[in-house]
Amino acid sequence: MSGRNARKWKNRIASLLALGCVLAALVPLISILIEVISRGAPAIDWAFLTERTKSAGSPDSGIGNAILGSLLLVAWASLIGLPFGILTGVYVSEYGDNWFGRTVRFFNDILANFPSIVIGLFAYSLIVTVIGFSLISGAFALAIIMIPIVANTTEESLRMVPNSLREASLALGVPRWRTVLKVIISNGRSGLVTGALLAIARVAGETAPLILTSFGNNFWETGLTEPVAALPLVIFRNAMSPYSDLQEQAWGAALILIAMVLSLNVIVRLLTRKRIKTFKAVKKTWKERLSLSV
Amino acid sequence: MMEPKRRQGSGRSSASFQDKLFKYTVMGIAALVLALLWSLVIKLVFDAQTSMETFGFEFLTSTVWDPNRDLYTALPFIFGTLMTSAVAVAIGVPVSIGIAIYLSELAPAWIREPLSFLIELLAAVPSVIYGLWAIYTLRPILTGSVEPFLIDILGWTPFFEGASFGIDKLASGIILAVMIIPTVASVSKESMMAVPDSQREAAISLGATRYETTKISVLSYARSGIFGAAILGLGRAVGETMAVTMTIGNANLISWSLLDPGQTMASVIANNWGEADGLMLSSLIEIGVVLFVVALVINVFARLMVGRVMKAVPMTGGGL
Amino acid sequence: MEGKIVTERLNAFFGEVHAVKNVNMSIPANAITAIIGPSGCGKSTLIRCLNRMHEVVRGARTAGKVYLDGEDIYDHGTDPVEVRRKVGMVFQKPNPFPTMSIYDNVVAGQRLNGEKDWKKLDAAVEKSLRLAALWDEVKDGLDASGVSISGGQQQRLCIARALAVEPEVLLLDEPCSALDPIATAKIEDLLFDLKDRYTIAIVTHNMQQAARIADFTAFMYMGELIEFGETKKLFENPEKELTEKYITGRFG
Repeated sequence: MSGRNARKWKNRIASLLALGCVLAALVPLISILIEVISRGAPAIDWAFLTERTKSAGSPDSGIGNAILGSLLLVAWASLIGLPFGILTGVYVSEYGDNWFGRTVRFFNDILANFPSIVIGLFAYSLIVTVIGFSLISGAFALAIIMIPIVANTTEESLRMVPNSLREASLALGVPRWRTVLKVIISNGRSGLVTGALLAIARVAGETAPLILTSFGNNFWETGLTEPVAALPLVIFRNAMSPYSDLQEQAWGAALILIAMVLSLNVIVRLLTRKRIKTFKAVKKTWKERLSLSV
Repeated sequence: MMEPKRRQGSGRSSASFQDKLFKYTVMGIAALVLALLWSLVIKLVFDAQTSMETFGFEFLTSTVWDPNRDLYTALPFIFGTLMTSAVAVAIGVPVSIGIAIYLSELAPAWIREPLSFLIELLAAVPSVIYGLWAIYTLRPILTGSVEPFLIDILGWTPFFEGASFGIDKLASGIILAVMIIPTVASVSKESMMAVPDSQREAAISLGATRYETTKISVLSYARSGIFGAAILGLGRAVGETMAVTMTIGNANLISWSLLDPGQTMASVIANNWGEADGLMLSSLIEIGVVLFVVALVINVFARLMVGRVMKAVPMTGGGL
Repeated sequence: MEGKIVTERLNAFFGEVHAVKNVNMSIPANAITAIIGPSGCGKSTLIRCLNRMHEVVRGARTAGKVYLDGEDIYDHGTDPVEVRRKVGMVFQKPNPFPTMSIYDNVVAGQRLNGEKDWKKLDAAVEKSLRLAALWDEVKDGLDASGVSISGGQQQRLCIARALAVEPEVLLLDEPCSALDPIATAKIEDLLFDLKDRYTIAIVTHNMQQAARIADFTAFMYMGELIEFGETKKLFENPEKELTEKYITGRFG
């Protein structure tokens, strides 16, 4: 009898351990949220959001320029990264059933998990050596990070579109390129949106490449060839500062950054869930339509 | 994605020209991205030339890092990367497998999705915020209870010598472990969920408990996917910069004790970039090349093992 | 005479779907009982209730009693793990463990029970593989992977694996539907030899198979047990009209 009991106990303990692992992983998440909110909220007021960063001890120091800088970086990065990423994804999904497509896919997957500091080095090597620390070099590095993310989500959402749609369009005599655009615009659209949002959420929090490229700036600066401030840089530089007002700035910036990133992620999740439901509905109507026409 | 036979009519030639134009444009862009990346790699290697010529192979085997004498070598940082990644994998992979088992085999249906989402949110937190949290929240816990405890029972080993500061390789390893959990857990989970139910049924019908069924049916069937997940986690740990930079203590030395500060390849670059120029800059770039090679090898290996389950990797990373 | 397994008002559900309705059936010991019926009649679900496999599926539940040697396997205090050891099952598609050798597959169940004695395991492997009519074919290659052998051999391996834990009952859910006629014949032969030592229940969509090997046959339709009796009688002189319609191929 004890052998069987031992197995029962092993089973119970194993289940508890597995659950324990889940809880253990959630503890840091919850702790981070609590800490960022409790330490960051006191820092936030109108001045904080609109003033530029000044040296330690000065009143009215804020992160307005960092917020602007982050927005600029993300905007420029998206301008470069989104089109390249989407088109790469379109290629792989619609034309990529060959060795080249497989190669592109392969390297895309590798790049998606790559150390971002190396990507910062790329951008440094190409741009900063020529024009110095600058907004455009930072945007370039972030764009490189965005491309595989956008390409992968684009490819994935295009794959979900049933082939019957493409075949029906082609059978009607619509040229291939028009068919592809039609497929993207009508059915792949939400996938593109979620991909873009995911990529934005990711690069908004990137710090390492920025250390090497856009470097940071205490002033309001929007020029493409000038160094620019960014939220993650503020956090990094102030986190290890001995001055408590600077530390508070770091937490405040962290609160804003994490609020932005997490809400983007939640939106993506909700959109994805909706997309899966709509996709199932689309697939069903097409099946019905095809069977009716026979 | 099949092309039906083209009916050649008089108006067709312009359409097929447009088709070709579109196709090759799109293909060209994809190729451009690839070409751009590889040329960047080459440029980087080029920039590292000065350092490579000055120090040669000893760059990888010596332990000097002295700006005063303009002598730079990489071994302390390779060592630091290895140690922190080892700790990260040692803690993070078992926990991730536990999470994957729970989500795949044990969780009631209604809780699976929300919990998976929460675990993936761990990947969305920007790494600089992990660093911030580690300095102010994790460190007091380490110096207050964890490290004294470890010194008490393991202080006789070379890994836990010295005093407890909370800013050391152990702290970096722990925060890295948390950061690789979403990746390793979700890829492992996908591998486990791909195990056909018939395998589980075979074990259950023999009178196996849930735990035993998981062991003999699921874990062994999914082991290559789980292993690949672990390698992916290793890849992330190796390349991680910010959280490590903020917790490792910026000390360019080799020490076996986890309680001593250190430096990784990624963190030495981040910590020194501001003042670097000339030979030092070239050396930092060379370190970047080494890091690139290491990360490339690990990620290629992982990709080959895990295949296209890669889409399970939460791409909501908040920065490395 | 009380059967080895007796069901009393057995009902089985998949969520809201009522798959097995109020089945009262008595499966005699040391005999082969076949369960036949058209697709979707609930025969697979019924047999999975006999070793508490049905409830493993999410959302599935059972109601009613199933007596094994007089004791209700669904009693609150009964451990389903114990039930499954006593009532073994072989599935429609062979499912040997691919990461284990033939040897390890056969003794998988015993290892779970904690058996570590090499000699006992070796003996069990030979005994079970002989019972499953597979010993001669694989005895020189017991280290080979469980999936390196043919489909028919894999199924016999699964039978050996099920027999190794020394169950009292062996349930088979359409075990030959994925196999060719020769492999099917081999399995039918070995079942015939096994019935002296075990109680066997086999779900089959193949009436000829039931007629060939079964002592008793149960006919199910739309979740209900329509008729149960000696095979010869059920096929030659069925009592219910529905049974006759199915036997003569009017539907199914």
